[in-house]
Amino acid sequence: MRQDILNDDSLTFAEKIICVRADGLGKILRPGDITVLPVDLAMAQDSTGPLAIKVFGEIGVPKVWDPSKIHLVIDHSFPAPDEKVANLHHLMREFVKKTGVRLVEGSISHQHLLENHVVPGMILFGADSHTCMGGAVGAFATGIGSSEMAAVWASGKLWVKVPESIKVNLNGQLNKGVFARDIVSHFIATVGEDGGNYRSIEWKGPAVKDLSIASRACISNNSMECGCKLSIFEVDPTTQEYLRSVNRKSMYEIHAGSKASYKNEYDVNIGKIVPEVAEPGNVDKVKEVGEVEGTPIDEAFIGSSTNGRYEDLTVAAKILKGHKVKTGTRCVITPASKGVFEQAIKNGLAEIFLQSGAVFTNATCGACVGTHLGVLGENEVCISSSPRNYIGRMGAITSKIYLSSPATAAASAIEGKIADPRRYL
Amino acid sequence: MTAPSILKGRAWVWPDDVNTDIIIPFRFKARTNDPVEMAKYAMYGFDPEFYKKVKAGDLFVAGKNFGGGSSREQAPVAIKYSNVAAVIAESFARIFYRNCFAIGLPALEVPGIAKQVKQFDEIEVNLQDWSVKTRDGSVHPALKVPEFLRGLMREGGLVEYYKRHHNFPWETLETKAVAR
Ligand code: SF4
Repeated sequence: MRQDILNDDSLTFAEKIICVRADGLGKILRPGDITVLPVDLAMAQDSTGPLAIKVFGEIGVPKVWDPSKIHLVIDHSFPAPDEKVANLHHLMREFVKKTGVRLVEGSISHQHLLENHVVPGMILFGADSHTCMGGAVGAFATGIGSSEMAAVWASGKLWVKVPESIKVNLNGQLNKGVFARDIVSHFIATVGEDGGNYRSIEWKGPAVKDLSIASRACISNNSMECGCKLSIFEVDPTTQEYLRSVNRKSMYEIHAGSKASYKNEYDVNIGKIVPEVAEPGNVDKVKEVGEVEGTPIDEAFIGSSTNGRYEDLTVAAKILKGHKVKTGTRCVITPASKGVFEQAIKNGLAEIFLQSGAVFTNATCGACVGTHLGVLGENEVCISSSPRNYIGRMGAITSKIYLSSPATAAASAIEGKIADPRRYL
Repeated sequence: MTAPSILKGRAWVWPDDVNTDIIIPFRFKARTNDPVEMAKYAMYGFDPEFYKKVKAGDLFVAGKNFGGGSSREQAPVAIKYSNVAAVIAESFARIFYRNCFAIGLPALEVPGIAKQVKQFDEIEVNLQDWSVKTRDGSVHPALKVPEFLRGLMREGGLVEYYKRHHNFPWETLETKAVAR
């Protein structure tokens, strides 16, 4: 039966993976149906984990279902910027000692899991909305809250509703100075902040083969900004090559059927996309860089789970090399993981950053959530490669956040105002 | 704790796309595990003094996509511990909506509701037939929700449910499947 489902030509990725993975199901589910999935990987971080630990205690189950599949990641405020955070981190470490679950410190959860654990066909629930990043390598990966995470710890299972699917066909070739981040920003602007709510997005088309795993991770991650449940790149030669390089194997290679039915389909010629900037307040208020060029900034932030990978830092270094960050403007660069941090130091990127006058921090969510290392004061303006520009996200509720690719943020750091990265590449 | 089936209260009306950063900023929610403390920062992005103005039994009425953005359960928790009795919205963001059931905060999706209610109107939520009565007496049915989730909400969320039944509500769920 499982093989029949894998070969079924009428199912989308989401429908197929849920039917294949639902315990002993052996039948076909369609959008709106509800079922229960076994969990292969469960992750909570330092702002959802402490509450999950508390709820787990209240539920009163003596043991977690499988400590080897549970990851607690201290990443949002690492290392603790103050006593209150330190206390919650302590609670997490104590829970790890007691239950034997895995502890990760100082890499952003999504990047850590991608670098070390995520494989195609797995079921990953994370108490963090950007968990959907795991879709970059064809995993069922989605976000939940703390109480449901506690229930997963207790039982190893969780209910899901089969989502409707959206298909995005990417055609053409990216122009110089335009990146994966611009593709996904462009898409969010097209569908709106809730255009993917409850839905599974499948990225398809001839241009996908040119996207690296890092670029796919950026797109899958940032797809959350339209509310999606999943954001999927199916396994292809790029994925297979990546898995070989990290010595991991697929659980299932799920491919949507050619006759699958989609709620919506979009065709995007990525050759027409230019550097995009989202204006403060809403992630879908996206403009071409030319329309906001010259806006003065106080800070440029390059980092986050969306755009803090080595690929991103390389572009930032290329732009910053031989330039200085504008006096009076601060540029904060934060890698997404320890691995990225080390690589940036080893390969000379750190030196370029420091020579430009930027601050190069350890891996943390930090500035992205306004907890430390780049917090904004009253009325300050920032351009950021992080995923969200909501009111008060990075600090004072009067501060303003523009969102862009790392390239646009780096060019802006040099000029002290929003700048077009194409002039620097 | 089982929720009463009729909730009457005055309505706070919110716009479309109220995200979880507005409902409770990270820097406050990530520094406490105490729900009463979290409630002090409810709706901080719109009004840092909201917690002084809200009254027990108040209701929320919002436009589309309420609770978008982060997975933080502290958002519905801050609303619940502000003693807001229920949240009604034209639509909810996925994780926020799941979290509401998980913590036992009634959340009803009622298309078009934001235009039917004015700030501080007295309205009524019926958790039995899953509908909202506006000031003029008209009744607006909410979108249907699977019975296991309504049961979870009625019983006060996952912790209460588990304590009573020693399982989670979906564990006894019969998988619904559409015939081919
Ligand atoms: S970097 Fe920002 S978006 Fe990514 S996981 Fe951390 S807080 Fe969330």
